[in-house]
Order: sequence, then C-alpha cells, then structure tokens
Amino acid sequence: MSVSDHSPDIAPDIAPDLSPDIAPGGRSFPGARRPDRSYWVSSGGLPIATYEWGAPDAPPVAMAHGGFDFAGTFDVLAPMLVAGGRRVISWDARGHGSSGHAELYSWNADLRDAAAVIDVASPDEPMVFFGHSKGGGMMLDLAHALPHRLTHLVNIDGLPSKNNWPDLADHERTKMLRGELEGWLDHRREVAAAQRHPGTIEELAARRMRMNPRLTQEWLEYLVPIGGEQVVDGEGVSGGWRWRLDAALRFGGFGPWRPEWSMQRLPGIGVPVLGVLGLENEMMGWGTKPADVIPNSPPVFRFEALEGVGHFVHIEQPEVVAGFVLEFLEANP
Amino acid sequence: MSTVEPPAAHEAQASSRNVIRLTHGKVRIALHLLREGWGRPLLLLHGLGECTPSNVPALAEPWPGPIYGLDFTGHGSSTIPTGGGYTAEILMADVDAALRHLGKATILGRGLGAYIALLIAGGRPSLVRGIVLTDGPGLVGGGIRPGTTHVPTVDTHRPGPPDPHAMAELSRDVRPTDYAIEYVRQIMQWSELDTPIAVAAVVRPEWLAAVVGEVGVIECPVADGLALFTDQT
Repeated sequence: MSVSDHSPDIAPDIAPDLSPDIAPGGRSFPGARRPDRSYWVSSGGLPIATYEWGAPDAPPVAMAHGGFDFAGTFDVLAPMLVAGGRRVISWDARGHGSSGHAELYSWNADLRDAAAVIDVASPDEPMVFFGHSKGGGMMLDLAHALPHRLTHLVNIDGLPSKNNWPDLADHERTKMLRGELEGWLDHRREVAAAQRHPGTIEELAARRMRMNPRLTQEWLEYLVPIGGEQVVDGEGVSGGWRWRLDAALRFGGFGPWRPEWSMQRLPGIGVPVLGVLGLENEMMGWGTKPADVIPNSPPVFRFEALEGVGHFVHIEQPEVVAGFVLEFLEANP
Repeated sequence: MSTVEPPAAHEAQASSRNVIRLTHGKVRIALHLLREGWGRPLLLLHGLGECTPSNVPALAEPWPGPIYGLDFTGHGSSTIPTGGGYTAEILMADVDAALRHLGKATILGRGLGAYIALLIAGGRPSLVRGIVLTDGPGLVGGGIRPGTTHVPTVDTHRPGPPDPHAMAELSRDVRPTDYAIEYVRQIMQWSELDTPIAVAAVVRPEWLAAVVGEVGVIECPVADGLALFTDQT
C-alpha cells in the first residue's frame, strides 16, 4: 500500500490534495510543536490522518495515542524525541481527530488502521512501536502480529491487568450487565442523530478535565483547536467549538474482551521493551501495579513505575518519558 | 463518510420483495417481510456471509404469524461499511433496530445468527420471546480466547456482499463461555418464559456447549423449538 496509490479514492468527502491540518491551533503551550508534515493513509478505504515530526530519513518511531485522544496530544513529547535524532509518526485513530468517522469501530479495525500507517510510513525499515493506554495495548498486539516490523516496544501505562478489576457477586454482575447492555443499545438507537456538544475553548477544556483531572487547563485549551472544530451555522455564525470525535464512540462498555489477554502478550515480546506505569489511579487508567507486571517481564525489559504521576505520564512528565525512551534506545541498539 | 452501496442488480432484486429500510447508526439495514400474518412475528437471522432467503425456509413454515428476515450490516441488501470494524455486539444492535420496528418477536438464528440471537435475547429480554439456535456458517466464531494475533489482509477490490471485512472479522470473534453464559442468565432473569432458549444445532462449539448446560435451555429440533414459542401471548 502506498499513499499515492490510495489517496485519490480514500476520502470522497476530503479533497485528496488537502493534507490533514497541521497549522498551529492559535493557542500556545511551552514546548509544544505541530507536526512537520501530514498525509492520508487509506485503511480499506477509510482515510487515516497521519503526521510526522523530524527528518524523513531519521530512525522511525510509530506512536499510537489512547482512546478519545488524537495525535496532537504528542505535540510536546514528539519534538523531544526528534531532538534525540528520531522521526516520529503518529495518526488519528478512526473516529478521532481528522481521520474518517467510520460506520463501525473495533479493536481489530484499529489494529488494521495502525498496520496500514506503518506500511506507508516505513515500508522497509523496522521501527520503534510506542503506545499510550489503549494505544499501548494495540502496539503490544501488533508486536505479535508484525514481529518483523519492530525493533523496540515502548508501552506507556497501557498494560491492563485483571487483578485490579472488582470481583462481583453473580447477581450484582447480572444486574450491572443489564444496565450496560440496555444503555449501550439505547445509545445505538440514538447515535444516528447524535453530535458532540459545542462550547467555548475554555468549556471544552474544562469538560475534558473531568476525564483528565491531572492535566492543566492551559494544556487542554491548547488541544481544543487541534482536536476540535469550529461549529458554524448556515449564516456563517460561529457556535463555538466541538471535539472532532465521532459521537458513536462511547466511554466504557462491555464485550468478551478480558484485560489479562493484553498482559499475556507481554512475556513473548522478542525485542527490547520499555514499560512505564503512572501509579496515581485515574478513571482513564487501568490501575495496574508493578506486581501485576513483573511476573510477565519479557526477556529484555526496562520497567519504570512513577509515584505521583497519573495515567497521562507522557503529558505530565514529557522530559522524563523522553529521557527514558532515548536512554533505552541507546542502551539497546 | 460515504459508504459503498450494494450493486444495483442486488438492490433491484431486494426491492422486488417487501423490504423495510431501517437506520442503525450510519448504516441502513434491510428487514425483509417474507410472509404476512397475524400475531407475534418470527425473525430469521442468517449465517455469516449469507443473507435473508427469498422464501420462507421449510423449517419456519409452521410458524403461525408473520415472518421477517434481517440482513446484517455488510450482508445482503444492507450497507457495506468502509474499512470494516465488525463485532458480534454491533450485529446485536442491528437486531435491536429491527425489534424497535417489529416489537416483541421470536428469533430463529442460524450460524452466526444463532450467536447474535443469544446476545439480543439477553440485551432486550422484554422484546424477545424465545430463541431457536441452529447450525450454519459462523456458528463457531473464533473460539473462547484470542489466538495468535493476526491482521488479516482484506481484498477491498471485491466489496461484496458479503463484505470481505465481515468474513475476516466475524469468523475470528472471540466467544468466551462465561460471556455466553452471562447472556443466558440475563435471559433467565427477565424472560417471561421458563424455557426461553431452544438449541437445535448439531454442532456444539464451546460457547454453545456452555449454553446448553444452563437452566432454561432445551435441546430439540427446530420445529419443536418454534412450537414452544408459538402461543401469541
């Protein structure tokens, strides 16, 4: 698959010569820098907005963001890795940021989208796989599916553990599942007409802070014009901002997936692995503890567990994470 | 995002029958009226890669009420989405869209449709009065736990129907036994019937073997299963 082969027919509603937007969003944040270039990648016809920081011939790092995030959340970390001589490639997951809003969403579809980006961004040279949260779990899976495509794996608070999921009595579980099932089916009935609520930049940032309580208002306001869009009515009057996040996507949910299935991928990784946990519990995190991880250590493993840091480790402590990554890559050439 | 519509000839064939177009999210799904009648409807759910048959199958003939068939997303006359992303749960919501239109129904599911029948009966117990599960494509699924991770290559130059993404993804969906049992218990907790699940399938993948072991499940031929649910209360 190549960009030029697929771009013209991937996005009938997006002009093929119009690359994903990488203009500054109008807000600044210390150390943040928009990508150097962008392009579309087709994943089975769905346009995936892909971004790069750094020299095109530098060794590549593929970075997968977490659920409800977008590639712009790497605007601080990516330039730090570029300063260390790397090329960073990231993409907006389907339904997130500038990528296409799909009819359907699934873990396997996200994996296929990531594989399509990797094929286009670095068709021959193996790369570092890096992922945060859900993106960390995806890259763990891809390390097994595409072992010939990676040199190292970096996982940032993306190691789900069964040990930290509550044990429930059967009758409580049955009751809880009914609420989840009906809630989800009701959501599916309404989703055709659903839209994200608009608001000012400050309001959207404040809303996001409910999910990201340890991040600063300044950072979240920086993200709004990058991950959001201005709502304009038929007469050109602005109605504020709205996250470019498909309203079909819903936090939480149910399904056959079990958290331990992700952790079981870890011991079998054959390349050097860096794992970083933030030990402060947050609603977006897994609550995984070092004792859950250590028995599953792969053969070459650097593991860091940070006290006083939450789930968004790379945003709270970008210098620390960049330092870990660059040291780890240098120590394991 | 635009979608790939089924070929025109296929649409023409579909429109020659009684087809009701329903919306589920960004997808249009086709609900076929196969036979008119009075009373509670029987809803047929097809197997993986199949579509609603043109005529009432012989097994369903004795049903006294109207008979409908639903084409799942990516199958038959329903929308083929761009870029896949299928799960059994999304097909459960396809059926929920049909039940919103039909009201309370009995369901006869074959293959993949049998598994989806179990899910929707647990998801909407007040709208499902009895399910009959029988053999067909996609009955097994991807086993009870994930296998070796694999990113299937899908030939999108032949978009279907059936959607090749559906064939790749729904033949690998994981069906843990405890997950299937959770749905049985949902059904048992809120169904108005003592025996709301009839298993007519000869093949018993692990998820279905676990279902058969639960209270409220009977093993019998399709005709007997349908007969259990034919009263019109």
